[in-house]
Amino acid sequence: MLVTGAARQLGGRFVRRIQRDPGVDRVIAVDAVAPEHQLGDAVFVQADIRQSAIARVLAEHSVDTVVHLDVSAKALGAGGRTTVKETNVIGTMQLLGACQKSPTVQRLVVKSSTNVYGSAPRDPAVFTETTPPKSLPSGGFAKDAVEVEGYVRGFARRRPDVAVCVLRFANILGPQPDSPLADYLALPVLPTVLGYDPRLQFVHEDDVVDVLEIAAREPRRGTLNSGTFNIAGDGVLLLSQCSRRLGRPTVPVLLPAVTWVGSALRTIGMTDFSPEQIRLLTHGRVVSTVQMRETLGFRPKFTTAGTFAEFARSRGPGLLPPERVGRAVGRLAELPIGGGGQAGTTHSTHGAR
Amino acid sequence: MADAKVIPFDDDRSRSGAGRRRGTLPGGGRDRTPPQGGPAPVSALPGGQVPEGAAEAAGGPSQDAGEASVSGWDRRIAGGLAFLRRRLTGDYEVDEFGYDKELTDQVLMSMLRPLADKYFRVEVKGIENIPSDGGALIVANHSGTLPLDGLMLQVAVHDNHPAERHLRLLAADLVFMLPVVNELARKAGHTLACAEDAERLLQSGEVVGVMPEGFKGIGKPFGERYKLQRFGRGGFVSTALRAGVPIVPCSIVGAEEIYPMIGNSKTLARVLGVPYFPITPTFPWLGPLGAVPLPTKWTIQFGEPIPTDGYPPEAAEDPMLMFNLTDQVREQIQHTLYKLLVQRRSVFF
Repeated sequence: MLVTGAARQLGGRFVRRIQRDPGVDRVIAVDAVAPEHQLGDAVFVQADIRQSAIARVLAEHSVDTVVHLDVSAKALGAGGRTTVKETNVIGTMQLLGACQKSPTVQRLVVKSSTNVYGSAPRDPAVFTETTPPKSLPSGGFAKDAVEVEGYVRGFARRRPDVAVCVLRFANILGPQPDSPLADYLALPVLPTVLGYDPRLQFVHEDDVVDVLEIAAREPRRGTLNSGTFNIAGDGVLLLSQCSRRLGRPTVPVLLPAVTWVGSALRTIGMTDFSPEQIRLLTHGRVVSTVQMRETLGFRPKFTTAGTFAEFARSRGPGLLPPERVGRAVGRLAELPIGGGGQAGTTHSTHGAR
Repeated sequence: MADAKVIPFDDDRSRSGAGRRRGTLPGGGRDRTPPQGGPAPVSALPGGQVPEGAAEAAGGPSQDAGEASVSGWDRRIAGGLAFLRRRLTGDYEVDEFGYDKELTDQVLMSMLRPLADKYFRVEVKGIENIPSDGGALIVANHSGTLPLDGLMLQVAVHDNHPAERHLRLLAADLVFMLPVVNELARKAGHTLACAEDAERLLQSGEVVGVMPEGFKGIGKPFGERYKLQRFGRGGFVSTALRAGVPIVPCSIVGAEEIYPMIGNSKTLARVLGVPYFPITPTFPWLGPLGAVPLPTKWTIQFGEPIPTDGYPPEAAEDPMLMFNLTDQVREQIQHTLYKLLVQRRSVFF
């Protein structure tokens, strides 16, 4: 089994997990830079998937399963948007080209993102795997993901004998966040778009590792693990709820001004406020996970709210911790006017008669 | 719980009780405490009925009216504070459409209720045509320049139906492009008028409201009042068929006269990016004051449901059947509109 993007947190976790699987002989971890974390018994090959060297790695180890995790919104370490885009798109092309030549490859798993749906006011409230996007993402990571999926579809056509699984993840949150949204949520004060309260979905990193394992192995009885699946925790959180649960105050900004605030924040290097990010924070995005449950047979351990609670715990309290707000309201209740509610008495509107 | 004979009476009284309470409450609009009062955390359904029933039981024995009202106040304040705490700490649930049941029940509905009960004095007929459980598609005429009829319909269904059903309205995409409006619409349970959303809601057993005339209906000139426009492409029929839910035709009388649209400034509409820019006898001449709707008397009549479950699955693809059913619904609404107009004594009473 070959895993790309192993130098990232998620890749590292997946490599460590999958080598415990008795059905997996050897794990070859690939990335352009050496990982900081341990990879266990896995063979680490420092190779850039943008180069054709990756074909040699595939042939040398006669790889049967390729898990392509090197599709990310954020550069690892230094490197701007150009590097990220090249790794995402050119890297995928090279990898798929290598897979197409390799006679041993039987299974391909690709990490994608629900970003491919875009977000627009004219979209249906819930995206299924077959919903065509109303407005195709015009740039940024979302466009990368769309292009990557396009190449993967092409590959699946040319190599029908290879089982291809594309997993579209909602916003991944975990203890060590590695996404622009997590960076955004780490800001002390959250700039929001005035008059919009987007619906967001999250998926926990533990669930991501679990579902990748399901996708990379032989399907269990009664399930099918090739195809395209949305992966998200149950339920929906509004951005306003997120900010309140994190205890971080929001600053509503008029939509035209958001772009300026975004570029200002980008300049000082606080967060990557890309246009697609702003669209997500304006219109939100919710996907249907029926296919994930029924076809893939995966049930996430964490709901959207649960994932977010874990994330909030790992981030520490914000400026307005919910507990303190709760206590403030409690103190309000202790004022003479609100005190002494006789809990046993039945509330009666007829008393006023 | 209570049998069917009792519920309308009980419900009716609870509404009048709510009205009275608002009357005695100065600045009631600002008050965030739930109008149902009492145990705020529970949903409106038990909140509206259980305390009434319990009070009836406890009210017979000599209970000091003053004491009861004081404890009622305490309860309401405590409930309001609990509500405030949940809101401020983000401890509430929304569904995948962004529908915030708690906010709708406690705040949005109580803001709209005076408008429905006191201002437009909405009279509701045939509420029994909406099933108590399972999905249903309510198809209504659309009028009034601003979509107040949709909001009043939502209040009417919730407050008059024995099961206090929440109407999930399908709204135009313009609603979801406007700031603030889109946020409130989502929280009140509205969603985009598209087949996917409608089907998803109907299949999860919700009552969905749709106004197939769209902008053609709401933005028609005053002279064409109560003349139904074309019903879109009849997509609502195939959606109902696919979900196998009944179609409930609904006629709304009174909304046409709230803003008598005597003109339409196409240029201004194009500049503002809206489908029409209304000119009424008062708007835009009197400024914001001109945007106050006229206090017409409204009647909302729900008609006999049209069942859709008897058709084979491929029927939803049959254009002829779609047109026939669309026409049937349209005819029924138009017919009821004329009947209600004949019965109406005056526009304002």
